[in-house]
Amino acid sequence: MLLIDCPYCGPRAQIEFTYGGDATVSRPADPDAVETREWLDFVYLRKNPRGPHIEWWHHSAGCRCWFKVRRNTLTHEISATGTPESNLGGESE
Amino acid sequence: MSRQPFRIPVGGLVDRARSLRFTFDGRTFTGLAGDTLASALLANGVRLVGRSFKYHRRRGIFGDGVEEPNALVRIRRGDRAEPNLRATSVELFHRLEAASQNHWPSLEFDIGAINNLASRFLPAGFYYKTFMWPAGAWLYYERFIRKAAGLGRAAEHPDPDRYEKRYAHCDVLVVGAGPAGLAAALAAARSGARVMLVESDFRLGGSLLRDPRPIDDEFAPEWVNGVEAELKSAPNTRVLRRATAFGYYDGNLVAVAERITDHEAKPERFLPRQRIWWVRARRVVLATGAIERPLVFADNDLPGVMLASAVRGYAVRFGVRCGKRAVLFANNDDAYATVAAFVEAGGTVEAVVDPRAGGPSDPIKRQIQALGVRMLEGHVVTRAEGGDSVRGATVMRYTREGSVVTGEPERIDCDLLCVSGGWNPTVHLFSQSQGKLRFDQANACFLPDVSRQAEQSAGAARGCFGLQEVISDGVDAGRSAVKACGLTPARFRVPTVNEEFTEAAPLLPLWAIPLPQGRRGKRFVDLQNDVTADDIALAVREGYRSVEHLKRYTTLGMGTDQGRTSNVNGLAILASIVGSNIPAVGTTTFRPPFAPVTLGALGGREVGHEFAPTRRTPMHAWHERAGARFVTAGLWLRPQFYAHSGESMMDAIYREARAVRSGVGIVDVSTLGKIEIQGRDAGEFLERVYINRWKNLKVGRCRYGIMLREDGFIFDDGTTTRVAENIYYMTTTTANAGPVMGHLEFYAQTVWPELHVHLTSVSDQWAAAAVAGPRSRDLLALACDGADLSNEALPFMGYLETTVADAPVRIFRMTFSGELAYEVHTPSNFALHVWKRLLDAGREYEVTPYGTEAMSILRIEKGHVVAAELDGRTVPSDFGFDAMQRKEGDFIGKRSLERPALKKSARRGFVGLVSEDGRHIPRGAQLVWNPNADRPVHMLGHVTSTCYSPNLGKEIALALLEDPSGHGNELLYASSPLTNTHVPVKVTHPVFIDPEGKLPRG
Repeated sequence: MLLIDCPYCGPRAQIEFTYGGDATVSRPADPDAVETREWLDFVYLRKNPRGPHIEWWHHSAGCRCWFKVRRNTLTHEISATGTPESNLGGESE
Repeated sequence: MSRQPFRIPVGGLVDRARSLRFTFDGRTFTGLAGDTLASALLANGVRLVGRSFKYHRRRGIFGDGVEEPNALVRIRRGDRAEPNLRATSVELFHRLEAASQNHWPSLEFDIGAINNLASRFLPAGFYYKTFMWPAGAWLYYERFIRKAAGLGRAAEHPDPDRYEKRYAHCDVLVVGAGPAGLAAALAAARSGARVMLVESDFRLGGSLLRDPRPIDDEFAPEWVNGVEAELKSAPNTRVLRRATAFGYYDGNLVAVAERITDHEAKPERFLPRQRIWWVRARRVVLATGAIERPLVFADNDLPGVMLASAVRGYAVRFGVRCGKRAVLFANNDDAYATVAAFVEAGGTVEAVVDPRAGGPSDPIKRQIQALGVRMLEGHVVTRAEGGDSVRGATVMRYTREGSVVTGEPERIDCDLLCVSGGWNPTVHLFSQSQGKLRFDQANACFLPDVSRQAEQSAGAARGCFGLQEVISDGVDAGRSAVKACGLTPARFRVPTVNEEFTEAAPLLPLWAIPLPQGRRGKRFVDLQNDVTADDIALAVREGYRSVEHLKRYTTLGMGTDQGRTSNVNGLAILASIVGSNIPAVGTTTFRPPFAPVTLGALGGREVGHEFAPTRRTPMHAWHERAGARFVTAGLWLRPQFYAHSGESMMDAIYREARAVRSGVGIVDVSTLGKIEIQGRDAGEFLERVYINRWKNLKVGRCRYGIMLREDGFIFDDGTTTRVAENIYYMTTTTANAGPVMGHLEFYAQTVWPELHVHLTSVSDQWAAAAVAGPRSRDLLALACDGADLSNEALPFMGYLETTVADAPVRIFRMTFSGELAYEVHTPSNFALHVWKRLLDAGREYEVTPYGTEAMSILRIEKGHVVAAELDGRTVPSDFGFDAMQRKEGDFIGKRSLERPALKKSARRGFVGLVSEDGRHIPRGAQLVWNPNADRPVHMLGHVTSTCYSPNLGKEIALALLEDPSGHGNELLYASSPLTNTHVPVKVTHPVFIDPEGKLPRG
């Protein structure tokens, strides 16, 4: 079970959290202004990297805050966590 | 003390003053406190303890711990019966009842042993080869195979015991309380770290219990007691005995199964039977020791063939002599200690057989000579002799080059054959932690190499075998663990072993002893699964060359012992057959659990109705008294209907549904999700998460809203009320309360953090009742403390704050049934009070409490949608909700609605159906023109909700249908091929009652 360092509460066990998917995609600020292709990519396309991945987690049984986690999908190692506006670096090792 | 023929008169760590009576297969025996079931059986001379899995061969006790492959027994009777326990790990208690397994009709005479004679026809992969054709026949074979497969029989009744789970945190977790673990725990505890020490056995000491060399001038068990006392008195230190660390998970989480009352004849009433500890440690020290390897020769599975270390352990720790005349067959120096221990215990050692041309080191040779034991260097045992148990050993000369046996076979009579092929460090937990292993040529074993988590191995677990070296290694491990936790390791003198160090002669790796020319015989690699060296060769011939394939094909290393005595021998034999080496062949993956764990313990308290929380509304007790039958809705219990005496379920439901339309009904809707949205951008936020307009909603008004996902499909629906300028009160469906809250939080926190909006789930703070029917206003007028409920003061979709019997309430004039109706929300603490007051006020109008069934009928009659329609595949225009859709600006999912596939013209639309012949319209039925048409039949749509309408006297349904307005008076069929039901239906408007919507506005 992962130990996740919630940026607001500190390290807590994984059972307190809910996974929220890829945090590298962001919603177009004005969906009407983008090409259909770009919109569909935002809605449907997700990378499935082997290695570091930036993902959303929700402290659903805690402070109810969403935050970012940089987790290695291969080793489960969590190298960083941060608030939604934080930049946790890229997904390369 | 009653007669225990193989018990040594003195010595051992057993309490000779406390005799314990127990039974094995119905026969009564006596053992001593401090015994395991295995040692007590051996003390009584019981050799045969089980039958092997496949060939039903006679098997005896082989080891003295968790590695035991043979001695699997069922303990206790009735509800508490537990199969597949290792007799070597079962602590003896008074009146213990044990039974052997895997035989019929009896252990001594077992019909299944015919498999042994027929073994030529039962090769590896037999089941795969034989029963896979003809294809359909597996269904027939399976019944018989299932009967013959598997070991042991589980109890057939619910488990009467209680189990617990517990979380723990510590700086240093030490797994294993042998010399390395004790030293590590001592070093860490003296440094002030929070320490946990867990030990599988009921006594601390590990290998010191079988090889008790003096430490700091103390008898080893005394030294162990001293360390245990010091650890127990240290602050922040916890010592768990009978606790097996069985899983190593991410984030340095180690799972430990503690057996609390398993060793008690009568468990204390308030104690749990077992407890799972989830230990999160900053640093883990794995002092898990090592397990001795057997040697592989013909008939090496006879009762009386035992691990040399086990024979020593039984003699020294339990005062039990495993036989009278022993032969030791070993390829390493360590096993020679068994000779002295066995002689000390009053036995005779007939010979020592050592494949090494030079034999052991000189000091050991001198020792053996002094004991007058015959020494056969450069020899091997090729076969164990005997029918029901060992009667002798056949010995031949062994040449290392080409690994051949030569010369005249000599038979040496004996009743005990002690074997040792070296030691395998117990690297299971290390491997589970994702650590990488390396193969050590000198000791021919796998050792921990690269760590992935915050752990380190110590002592024999990482290949240190000399006792002084092991203790020093433990101290070092404890110190460096402390340092890794940011503490300062305390200085203290390393405990000293009072023994001269002697250099051991190198071990000679020996995997399968060749059969003499022209001889046949079963050389068992895996005793538990009956896998022989020849089975491995066969698997390789048939193409299963990878170690993982070999395991699946032959079952090598499976079962309760997970190949603890067989894995390394097996893969070494595989390597030699495929002409590779052991490191290249590699190991199979080590997975939790290290040792079997009961499902009860894993379940803990979360069983039965405690599997998940049960949510009850504040009016629950009232519903119970009123005769409600409850239905589960997610975690909630909701009244399904209230049966009057003599009334059937359907009678009650129809009565309730009629009462709402003719008079007034009341239903508990406290389970709705409720979210309060506050802040100056609350309206803007709502416009982005709903498809509707919100900023133009006046304070004191409600609106029905639809929420989409980004892909354009409907996520949830509900009403939202503008309670004050910047305060909105949202309701969600019961089932989606949690997901909607998480969804809103995601957008508020991550997508539009610039919006000033605050979200609070208030589902538990507010309870709610819906009052529905033509008399609902009259009822409320009586109940409310003088509020004006007129159409002007509280119009349809209006909102009012007032009191009912002095309790604050929020009244929403909205309808689910289609009647004039109100929702009355009140703080949960007042809910029962308000509910009772509403019922009192309604007495005059014969108010009828109704349940979810009547509520469902009423909403189908009204054509309201629920999850059956909003099933994740529908968009707003399917139901005509596009009329509410905000044209300008953005909202979640808006852009996706422009996809061609989501345009109205491309989609099915929402309709009502009426059964033409009065039969019930099957739920989920497909709508077709002709159910008997040639397949594939074109499907025009499907039924989403269906019921008998007591108010219309018809069978009706809601459906999604192609070209919804184009069917006129056409006859369609609601077709359910599964039940062979095809009901003719006519298409109608989906709102059966009051399509103009006059009633709720009246």
